[in-house]
Amino acid sequence: MSGGVEASTEEQQEMQDAVVSPEKTEEAKLKARYPHLGTKPGGSDLLRKRLQKGQKYFDSGDYNMAKAKMKNKQLPTAAAEKTEITGDHIPTPQDLPQRKQSLVASKLAV
Amino acid sequence: MMAGVGGGNDFQWCFSQVKGAIDEDVAEADIISTVEFNCSGELLATGDKGGRVVIFQREQESKNRLLSRGEYNVYSTFQSHEPEFDYLKSLEIEEKINKIRWLPQQNAAHFLLSANDKTIKLWKISERDKRAEGYNLKDEDGRLRDQFRITTLRVPVLMPMDLMVEASPRRIFANAHTYHINSISVNSDYETYLSADDLRINLWHLEITDRSFNIVDIKPANMEELTEVITAAECHPHQCNVFVYSSSKGTIRLCDTRAAALCDRHSKFFEEPEDPSSRSFFSEIISSISDVKFSHSGRYMMTRDYLSVKVWDLNMENRPVETYQVHEYLRSKLCSLYENDCIFDKFECCWNGSDSAIMTGSYNNFFRMFDRNTRRDITLEASRENSKPRAMLKPRKVCTGGKRKKDEISVDSLDFNKKILHTAWHPKENVIAVAATNNLYIFQDKIN
Repeated sequence: MSGGVEASTEEQQEMQDAVVSPEKTEEAKLKARYPHLGTKPGGSDLLRKRLQKGQKYFDSGDYNMAKAKMKNKQLPTAAAEKTEITGDHIPTPQDLPQRKQSLVASKLAV
Repeated sequence: MMAGVGGGNDFQWCFSQVKGAIDEDVAEADIISTVEFNCSGELLATGDKGGRVVIFQREQESKNRLLSRGEYNVYSTFQSHEPEFDYLKSLEIEEKINKIRWLPQQNAAHFLLSANDKTIKLWKISERDKRAEGYNLKDEDGRLRDQFRITTLRVPVLMPMDLMVEASPRRIFANAHTYHINSISVNSDYETYLSADDLRINLWHLEITDRSFNIVDIKPANMEELTEVITAAECHPHQCNVFVYSSSKGTIRLCDTRAAALCDRHSKFFEEPEDPSSRSFFSEIISSISDVKFSHSGRYMMTRDYLSVKVWDLNMENRPVETYQVHEYLRSKLCSLYENDCIFDKFECCWNGSDSAIMTGSYNNFFRMFDRNTRRDITLEASRENSKPRAMLKPRKVCTGGKRKKDEISVDSLDFNKKILHTAWHPKENVIAVAATNNLYIFQDKIN
């Protein structure tokens, strides 16, 4: 009998906490999903991640390759029609991919 | 709950224009990253993730269109920044324009500063509507004339030509920021401006590009001890020796450049006391200030943190004088907002011309306005569905639980990918520009 009364007051306290602080409920949820979450959340790790935003590349060659791949994807379909240069034949200027893509204007300026 | 915010009781916000593509697939480069009216409101500039700037100009009010004010049409567009590669850190430097700030107009040309993460550029936008004709040494095509054929001398005359708007980079202020630039602010002396990154603030002279003064440096000797970063900074609108900067811990420091060359010691420190019993894992993250703006009067400043906007009286450091809840219903969703990174979204805020109203964005393409005098607030939506010319905007409401009324939207149905981070209010009139991802909406008040 008395156990039942104790349990219900604990439940009441929890409910009160949840009502009083939805933040704490959310915190509990997060800790349940990520039990290893650091005790200093706003601290160094988070800030340092923020300071180092931006994609890291191995070196400038890696960066330029990635850029070239992206630009080739965005080129109009004319580029896709060109046959791949396999080394069998001597490439002509038309076969080579453009060194610099023409800048695309903003769609707001249409 | 009528739209009586920002003006008198007869006030209604109406759709005016929308710019940008309608396609569902939004290219990353098209995402608008900054919006700014110039000092007269005649020009409206946007910057995007692709490093491009588009400037709109308000057309002269024609006598025929009495029901609406002038529309904004494209005036100039240019590529401001290009992606670069930081060789020392092997990191990409994004071309995304973080901020645009206009200089006050001093002659026929317009000047603006645009900044990406590392470099600030001063752009001159000028009009050319005359062309010289009748050169002696070259003909109209520009080819040089045969000197022996020239028998007479003539004076070239200026002839009218179709208006051409040219944008040219006049100054490039580079290599002064190790971390990412989050703010630029033109000083009221019209000679200097400040730029702020996560840990440092520099003061530049508009004419000098090869050096700048470092005026704030919060980098700790040991980076392990880093506890806060600079999130925004702004010059006082009238006092050229005063500026403020906000931090990721929800504090604002006001500094006076007359006090010392290095303003590491603040003159004023603004912080709202926190109830320690209510502290949670999220407290510091949601208290991080994403924007700080002085009122036009210079007496107040406004800060935006994740859930609220606060107005501070510069004479009172211990708490804000006004606090407005932007989307308090998100407090019970912080766990998922942390997981999807939305909790780190940086919303901006702005004042209207008379400082009587403030505006800030939210999710689901909603934006909020607060009238400081009447204490009324309104939620509006930037949506193509409500984009008939001069269509009145209907107030929106988010339902937090229990029964959802008709026309209300429940918190769980909100689209968190539709964020309104950037808004701008015309300096003199009730015209607002709202950036919704890749679209720019312009709303005006209805003239009664």
